Amino acid sequence: MPNVASLANPAVFSRLAARALPWLTALAVGTLALGAWAAFFVAPPDYQQGDTARIMYVHVPAAWMASFVYATMCLAALGTLIWRHPLADAAQKAAAPLGAGFTFVCLATGSIWGRPMWGAWWVWDARLTSVLVLFLIYLGIVLLWQAIEDFSRAARAAAILTLVGAVNIPIVKFSVDWWNTLHQPSSVFRLGGPTVDGRMLWPLIAMGFGFLFLFLALHVAAVRNEILRRRLRRLTLRAADDSAPARPMVLEPAQ
Amino acid sequence: MTRKGRRAALVAGMVALAGSGVGVTLYALSGSVEFFMGPSEAMARGMPVGRPMRLGGLVETGSVTHAKDGTLDFKVTDGKAAVPVSFKGIPPDLFREGQGVVVEGAMGGAGTFRASIVLAKHDERYMPKDVADALKKQGRWNDGAAAPAAAIPAASPKP
Repeated sequence: MPNVASLANPAVFSRLAARALPWLTALAVGTLALGAWAAFFVAPPDYQQGDTARIMYVHVPAAWMASFVYATMCLAALGTLIWRHPLADAAQKAAAPLGAGFTFVCLATGSIWGRPMWGAWWVWDARLTSVLVLFLIYLGIVLLWQAIEDFSRAARAAAILTLVGAVNIPIVKFSVDWWNTLHQPSSVFRLGGPTVDGRMLWPLIAMGFGFLFLFLALHVAAVRNEILRRRLRRLTLRAADDSAPARPMVLEPAQ
Repeated sequence: MTRKGRRAALVAGMVALAGSGVGVTLYALSGSVEFFMGPSEAMARGMPVGRPMRLGGLVETGSVTHAKDGTLDFKVTDGKAAVPVSFKGIPPDLFREGQGVVVEGAMGGAGTFRASIVLAKHDERYMPKDVADALKKQGRWNDGAAAPAAAIPAASPKP
């Protein structure tokens, strides 16, 4: 049995989450609206790629989130393996499908961008391949959660897979520096500063924050759902165990 | 050592093992992880006739000719060496003199690289047209020749 303090934390989290969610959602919608407006109407077309380069306002933030969500999951995995914290389990489980979604958006928009600019939907260079591997790792983690019935055993297995897969994150980031790739080197997070003109950079950063807030809102909601799902399961099991069948199942408020 | 400390050490060991395993593998395979080779590296390694490979570099300024039968001839250079390339097909929109390209194909008999695919490689710079024009006007940049090293994909030396 986990101790009382760690059991209490998910309840505290649920209360805080309920209060924070409307604000986070508003922040995400507001920032995304600002970013999208700027991407279409403020940012000038690129000197060589023209209007096609505008797909970067989705592609690049999605790529940032693909790695950021994974880093979040690594922290949660440490919480699971070292501190055995149930909230870390839920945080890890809730993040995996979101990370897979961002990675998919990154791959899809990259492919659509690659066809007109490079002349290929897909190439097996180090950047594209390592991001595909990241997507497959995300899917593997999602499936592992589904495959193991017992929640805390599933959490531990998924945490180990997450941390082993963390090896891929520096490969994704530095693939364009370590090897010859068709994909361009980094334009924003690079030594010597961004190589994107200011009028294009701030809409990109705005979209980056929009994606970040979107993830935070979705993640907080998903963690809360996970906590509720676990509580419902516990109550269902208890109700099924009870010899008195007349007792109604009550979802008491989180205390 | 506390139980938490022991678990932390185990996790650290696991991640270090997985990391070094993948690292060693990638180091051993680094030749095949490279998407392309620059002309001078390819020449140093030898380019046997008929062996499929990818060659990357810049389209040498002044080397592009269009033949009547639709064949496109140009040279791929990394500043130290240049390889003549022949391609029958439609190149991507970004294809032009001074632009980064990766060509896929094999050496033909006459010392010309027969490309079946031509891919355009662009660099990491994004700017509006007026900024690019201003830079060109100030002589701080003319396409290809004076482009920063980052635009020359195969120029960096590889071990």
